[in-house]
Amino acid sequence: MKRLLEGLGVFLIYGFLFLPMVVLVTLSFNKAPRGITWEGFTLDWYSKLLNDQGILDALNNSLEIAFWTTVLSSLIGVAVGITKVRVPGWRGLGISKLASLPILLPEIVQGLSLLCFFVLFAIPLGKFTVVISHASFGSAYVATLVRARLKAMDPLLEEAAADLGAHERAVFIKITLPQLWPAVISGALMVFTLSFDDFIVSFFTAGVGATTLPLKIYSMLKFGVTPEVNALSALILVVSLLLVTVAFWHQRTKVAEGA
Amino acid sequence: MIQGLRYRRFSGVAWFWALSLVIAPLLYVVIISFMSRGAYGGVVWTMTLDNYLRIAEPDNLAILGASLTRSVGLAFVTTLMCVAVGFPLALFLVFRSGRFRQALFFLLIIPFWTNFLIRTYAWMVLLSDNGWINHLLEKIGFGPQALNWLFTPQAVLIGMFYNYLPYMAMSLYVSVEKLDPKLLDAAADLGAGPLKRFFKVIVPLCGPGLAAGSIMVFIPAMGEFVIPDILGGGTSLFIGNLLAQQFLVVRHWPYGAALSVVLMVLVGVCIALFEKYGNGSKEDLLA
Repeated sequence: MKRLLEGLGVFLIYGFLFLPMVVLVTLSFNKAPRGITWEGFTLDWYSKLLNDQGILDALNNSLEIAFWTTVLSSLIGVAVGITKVRVPGWRGLGISKLASLPILLPEIVQGLSLLCFFVLFAIPLGKFTVVISHASFGSAYVATLVRARLKAMDPLLEEAAADLGAHERAVFIKITLPQLWPAVISGALMVFTLSFDDFIVSFFTAGVGATTLPLKIYSMLKFGVTPEVNALSALILVVSLLLVTVAFWHQRTKVAEGA
Repeated sequence: MIQGLRYRRFSGVAWFWALSLVIAPLLYVVIISFMSRGAYGGVVWTMTLDNYLRIAEPDNLAILGASLTRSVGLAFVTTLMCVAVGFPLALFLVFRSGRFRQALFFLLIIPFWTNFLIRTYAWMVLLSDNGWINHLLEKIGFGPQALNWLFTPQAVLIGMFYNYLPYMAMSLYVSVEKLDPKLLDAAADLGAGPLKRFFKVIVPLCGPGLAAGSIMVFIPAMGEFVIPDILGGGTSLFIGNLLAQQFLVVRHWPYGAALSVVLMVLVGVCIALFEKYGNGSKEDLLA
């Protein structure tokens, strides 16, 4: 009896989590342009979606921004992570304290402060400012993963290499980086999705020419929803499902190999 | 520390990032909160306390007070709901789900990988007067359009709970996973009932996870303005709406900056409290 109740509770929670997804996917195939009654199967919304230049442009912007954010955040995030763990004294400690700010502060505070900052230096708002803003918090996320990985690594390996005469650069490339890769890869994946999904920071820092997909969706929600949004949601859901499955599978095989 | 390895370049990059992209913008907001507004909405570099005095005016104070109360209240209730559902869920996943554990954990994070605007929009569809929930209620005999929840605080709360639950559930899961089941057996052997085991053994040991989850839910929830905007119909102001309005619509940046300083102070206090009672540094919580 207790088991049954437990099972029911868990079933309800998962039902709650997936109900919205089921609704959107179902509606994306529904002929009825308004309302939710089933009027037959159609792919019209998908073809409309693929012909909507506004949405395609926004998708393009989002992918471009997420790509450069990922590159920039991975580079900075590795440096920040290494500084946190391996650099002695105030240089390391200070970064440890400061680097958690972008994760802890509400996004709206970061968004508006970056907006003010760009305007101060008369930097025109656009894709560039969005990338910089996303990298501002993205680097902090990569750094937490890099830090965790570094803490689990044996510093004696790096020390031994240095003792045997390897220069700092050689130690990093031959010893540190190969061990860090898994953290960098998961960090990069994480930042890509964070950037791709981000609404609030982009809302403040995008300006006119850099409408990202979330910004586009927001304006569609505010000014009249069309079933195209359902089709778009279903597509995003399928793509993220594929990505998560690949990431998860990748991690599992790694665990199985004992790495 | 490692002899001969000083990682100068890395710490240089790290400090450049921290100072230019994290600290400087925040500091700049604090600075312009003490400046005046120009005729066309820009910032004029004359020092003044006007923005803070303006906050203290009764009308403005009432608006700020109401929106802060709303935001903090919403964040608080959201956090409580997430703990109330997330904790049992984490316990179930770790101790009872057996071979389905990985699959169920995987399912838990899937909705979290879709865009949050889309997740929120789905609730708009579900809760609307002609939505699925109302159809279902009609079918089981509640009459047409029984639930008018869209654009009400209930809808906002559902949206918040839905969006923040995975964060709480995941950080509790990580914490519960580290728990030694032998401790629970020992407590049971010594005569502790399930409730006592939960509150005396599980909760204290999961303190860091609980604190991490609460930080990850409470603080962003406090600054949230999109979910209230979409599901609440923008009818009531939250602190986030107030800030967005000042910066993007009214364009009174110095006043907006002063308001955000208030929010920053509040966030700082919350982080300090979580750190104090969550036994563990935030760095360990987040990593």
